[in-house]
Amino acid sequence: MSENHSSVPTGAALRVKALEALLEEKGLVDPAALDQIIDAYENKVGPHNGARVVARAWSDATFRKRLLADATTVVAEMGYGGPEGGHLVAVENTPRVHNLVVCTLCSCYPWPVLGLPPAWYKSFAYRSRAVRDPRGLLKEFGLKIPEQVEIRVWDSSAEQRYLVIPRRPLGTARMNEDELAEIVTRDSMIGTAIVKPPSRKGAPA
Amino acid sequence: MGGMDGFGAVVHEDNEPTFHFDWEARIFALLLACRPYGNTDELRHAIERIPAQRYLTSSYYERWLDAMQILLVEKGAILRDELASRDIDPPTPSQPSNRLQKRPAEASRARARFRRGDRVIARNINPAGHTRLPRYIRGKRGVILRDWGTYALPDSNAHGGGERPQHVYSVAFKAREVWGANAPSRDTIHIDLWEDYLEATRPGAKAAVNRKPATGRGKKQ
Repeated sequence: MSENHSSVPTGAALRVKALEALLEEKGLVDPAALDQIIDAYENKVGPHNGARVVARAWSDATFRKRLLADATTVVAEMGYGGPEGGHLVAVENTPRVHNLVVCTLCSCYPWPVLGLPPAWYKSFAYRSRAVRDPRGLLKEFGLKIPEQVEIRVWDSSAEQRYLVIPRRPLGTARMNEDELAEIVTRDSMIGTAIVKPPSRKGAPA
Repeated sequence: MGGMDGFGAVVHEDNEPTFHFDWEARIFALLLACRPYGNTDELRHAIERIPAQRYLTSSYYERWLDAMQILLVEKGAILRDELASRDIDPPTPSQPSNRLQKRPAEASRARARFRRGDRVIARNINPAGHTRLPRYIRGKRGVILRDWGTYALPDSNAHGGGERPQHVYSVAFKAREVWGANAPSRDTIHIDLWEDYLEATRPGAKAAVNRKPATGRGKKQ
């Protein structure tokens, strides 16, 4: 598909280079500041932040309650913030509800806790189908949600940015917060996956 | 995009890098660093004004690049000629930015018109400019779940009309209300909608989503 990043013409690279040079000549941007922004999103901000939030919610009932009531404040207390993090909302999967997050209008995403969205989240296919056929879409992700479970799709159409708190898998009762954070995946915090218990081989000693 | 056909299956890439190309990282950072040349609503509207054929055949960051160039020229930060002389003309937007006269915030909007449990209908409006009312929800009936407080109205803020903040609500719609009888009966869609996008349904109107209102009133199954 033409929107696929792998088929992007090199024209874009040349255009960006020329635009950056022009803005720099005009003193409108500082290249060092750009490097800093890129470094932050490549190396610091990412789903490992969200995984720590989820792991703490699984381990600490008081924290979980506060997170569900006011995720923005609680996440900021953990040191995660910045653009797209001003109005965070945590929604919890339960035996009766499976949450799925999309932005049909653009690609809104909770950057401070999940980093920048993956290409599939931004794709027309995901944006068009998540609201209309979430069950069919989840099947493609290898996830079959039982009929009696409500699929609750969150279309991020305003300022709220959603973080799914997946269900804690069985067999993890002895794991501490750090170990739990290791098994929480990005997709499980969007709602296109569930968290699987760690395989015995890969489990931390 | 919500509900559109024809985009096929979702392609999931394992171990995806943050950026696939250096230029994607550069345009991402450029746009964050140059936010003074347009608020988020203006940026979104600039993306929406990329001609439709071009929009659909561009990648995500190509759209950022187009939108940024459109905005920089419209805001007067750079001249179209300066871009043309480097052979990087921006696309001609499908429509102008349609500047509105700036209007002050309305004090009356501080008060919420809806509360949890209220039954509402998403208005069937089709504004020519920017809006955050998804097309697929227009005319559908839902229930107010939560009042998020007041936020700048994109329909005004994208056009220089001022923030004119008003309440935004989390509104729940049954999948069946939106997509018809073939949709699974339990599934729901929750959307955040500005007050102007909503109107109250007539008292006694059939609930679109069965949910216990927090206030305990209007309980009806």
